[in-house]
Amino acid sequence: MNSNKYLNDISEIKDIMNRSSRFISLSGISGVLAGVYAIVGAGLAYMRLNTVSSANYDLLSDRGSSLWNTDIVKDLTLIALVVIVLASVTGFILTLRKSKKSGENIWNTSSKRLVFNFLIPLFVGGVFCLVLIQYGAAGLVAPATLIFYGLACVNASKYTLGDVRYMGIAFIILGIVATQFIGYGLYFWALGFGVCHILYGALMHFKYDRKN
Amino acid sequence: MSLIDNINKAFDHRVRLGIMSILMVNDYADFNMLKELLGATDGNLASHTKALKAAEYILVEKQFIGRKPNTRYSASKLGKLEFRKHIEALEKLIGK
Repeated sequence: MNSNKYLNDISEIKDIMNRSSRFISLSGISGVLAGVYAIVGAGLAYMRLNTVSSANYDLLSDRGSSLWNTDIVKDLTLIALVVIVLASVTGFILTLRKSKKSGENIWNTSSKRLVFNFLIPLFVGGVFCLVLIQYGAAGLVAPATLIFYGLACVNASKYTLGDVRYMGIAFIILGIVATQFIGYGLYFWALGFGVCHILYGALMHFKYDRKN
Repeated sequence: MSLIDNINKAFDHRVRLGIMSILMVNDYADFNMLKELLGATDGNLASHTKALKAAEYILVEKQFIGRKPNTRYSASKLGKLEFRKHIEALEKLIGK
């Protein structure tokens, strides 16, 4: 009997099972860049917050709530938006390039499932954060974003490289720890969206991208 | 008893192996998804799905998405069982 043919069959079965259920063209480098943007953004936000604190000392005493009706909110929102847009666009372009190289269609059943399952916890988290602000618990927004982003990663990991799961768990733990350090959200954000992304992006890059 | 008893002739083709592999890990797949993943032509894929359906290894569900006809495939209980046996048989053969 030709056992080489059977060996081929088995490896082909494994390959197709993987390709049909997971989107594997996510780029590692895009994770690293997203982390860099996040740290730069956090740095800018920190500097912006400092200018206010020194000019208007009152704000220091209550690091959370009284900030929410000044000009600074606009600036911080702008920084956050720029970081998100930059990270998303970079991620999209690099993933598109990688998927072209590997011949995987970027908008196929796997990637649709991945995006959809990633967005469910993320959307719920977004709404929940708005509610937190509504009730004046703005200090909990930073931990909540970390926790829900982590849940989104854990949920999405079933449809892409399994390692995303561990990054998600790291985010969840960081978010829970952050609930005990209200007022230091920016540091936890930098640690999570910055350092975690860079670490895992680099890990994925060396584990998957470099090999090909 | 021979080792090749469980080698299932119905799965003895690249495209059929591919169809079953996809349906083992996905609840269902439509025609286009199968086509894209397997790189098969319409006619080729149609004849293989027909054969697997005749053996009652897969279920075929025709429906409309908007105005477009859409054919959805899923693995039957029997199909999953037989495919598992087939893979085990393959693994045993390689192990020898």
